Amino acid sequence: MASEPLLQVTRLSKSFGGVQAVMNVGFDLARGEILGVIGPNGSGKTTLVNLISGFVKPDTGTILFKGLDITGMPPHKIANLGLTRTFQNMRPYHSLSAYKNLIVPLNSPRVRKTAGGTLGDIDAVAIDILEEVGFERDARVPYKTAGSLPLGYLKRLELGRCIALRPELIICDEVFSGLSMSEISSIIPLLEKLRMEGMTLMMIEHRLRELFRLTNRVVVLTFGQKIAEGTPEEVMSNQQVRDAYLGTETKK
Amino acid sequence: MQTKTRRKKRLDRSIKVRTEGLYALTSWAEMAYLFMPRVVLVLGLLLLPLVLDPYWQRVLCSAGIYALLAIGFDFLAEYVGLVCLGGALFIGAGGYIAGLLNAYFHWSPLITIPMATVLGAGLCTLVLVPCLRLRGIYFAIVSFMFPLFAVFIIIALNVFGGTEGITALDTFPNSWVELYLILAAVLVALFALRRLVNEDMGIILRGIMDNDQAVRASGINITDYKTRAVFIAALLGCFGGAHLSHLYGWLGLSLFAMDFSILPIAACVMGGMGTLVGPVLGAFILTPMSEALRGFGQLRVVLYCLILIGFMVYKPEGIMNVLQRKYHQFEVWEEV
Repeated sequence: MASEPLLQVTRLSKSFGGVQAVMNVGFDLARGEILGVIGPNGSGKTTLVNLISGFVKPDTGTILFKGLDITGMPPHKIANLGLTRTFQNMRPYHSLSAYKNLIVPLNSPRVRKTAGGTLGDIDAVAIDILEEVGFERDARVPYKTAGSLPLGYLKRLELGRCIALRPELIICDEVFSGLSMSEISSIIPLLEKLRMEGMTLMMIEHRLRELFRLTNRVVVLTFGQKIAEGTPEEVMSNQQVRDAYLGTETKK
Repeated sequence: MQTKTRRKKRLDRSIKVRTEGLYALTSWAEMAYLFMPRVVLVLGLLLLPLVLDPYWQRVLCSAGIYALLAIGFDFLAEYVGLVCLGGALFIGAGGYIAGLLNAYFHWSPLITIPMATVLGAGLCTLVLVPCLRLRGIYFAIVSFMFPLFAVFIIIALNVFGGTEGITALDTFPNSWVELYLILAAVLVALFALRRLVNEDMGIILRGIMDNDQAVRASGINITDYKTRAVFIAALLGCFGGAHLSHLYGWLGLSLFAMDFSILPIAACVMGGMGTLVGPVLGAFILTPMSEALRGFGQLRVVLYCLILIGFMVYKPEGIMNVLQRKYHQFEVWEEV
């Protein structure tokens, strides 16, 4: 008997005016899994992230996280339950130095509660987390203002911001976009390590080849609807998916 | 087209680099480098009244009140991202509460000023909280409206002395008390806020300014933090208002005057946004200047505006930013 899924999304819908951004989407996410969500541009992937993380309120449908109904909860409450997300367009706290960026999540009620007042030197904790996501400890990078960091570091910083919260589920909204192959290759082990540590990941992606190295279950969205779900091979061989999204690429 | 063959390059002074971290304590020169600006500021403010005649001491008092408002404005604008034109609301709330407590209950300023500071700030925060969802110019406009509301309510209901105001409130025992009270408040506010913006709470507020969505995704209630920030700024303004009504022994509708919302912005622009001490400097320059220009009658405003425009064109970063740069860095010519 499989244990209760960590995240359970049922018949989620959202329309903006006349545009049906997400329609009747539902899926489960087991603890410790990496789920990929793919789909062409404008298929409602980011809206789905916004709905789950509480930034947008759904019209209908329910979202259960750890069996708790989080539909319509404000984002900070959801984050404190252990569900956080990265943002597609990178906007760090640019006037703060990189490690100071992590002071924000480290001050959240969730971290304070789990640390039980024994967090110690909060700056040192921040530097530790930055090292975890690949900032060189002894270099000057962690002390530079976030606004001056290159994109690769910004993506790591964004992940660090999520990890600092010690969440159970991280929704990554296109962490690979805009990165070179070598940068991606250095982030993938990081994500795998997170999964080994028991973190659950939901990856919204455009870079399929890299995504398929990480995940063995994928959900495909088109025009706000879920058209397929399964292993990468199953999904890639699905005619509907080919038509909607992969058609030209696989027929080469 | 002529291309430049050399340009200016700015480098940190070696003493600045040496004073970062623990090494600052290794020599007198380095400690002096760190402490001089603070000593000059504190001694300058505390000694200034001694060389002024009573008329200019009064001017210094109102400069102090403007300075408090300007610090509050700078804090909200540069560290929280809220452009708050509620200066008149803060002064009015603080002034009316202190004045009314004094007029109706005959409490001494020793009690009314602290009470007005806290109660007024609470009241202003309560009024502004529903607008905290608004950002940028929208928040500015709404915060600008509240003093107008207050004026119309007082006129329409003819309460709190109506259009005439209430006179013969208690005043301070002597001019030294009124002066040093406000100067002390300015210094305390300045150093406290300077400290706050580098503490965890200040870091979170700056995070909210840069990217409020990411702060929410980090599990932090941004309305909560913004409310606290507005409360802090309101504390400063309401203290100024309470001080003002006891300074003149009078309360009236001019406590809600637009000057209290506008002049702090000018002081911030002139003094240097984001430095906290700059706005104080700006207020201590602009208020006396506006007094000195009184002789020009109606032309005063024109001259005032010209000076401001001059600043925006030639030194848009403000006095304090320029001074800080000169203090910490030197310029060299570099071949291109």
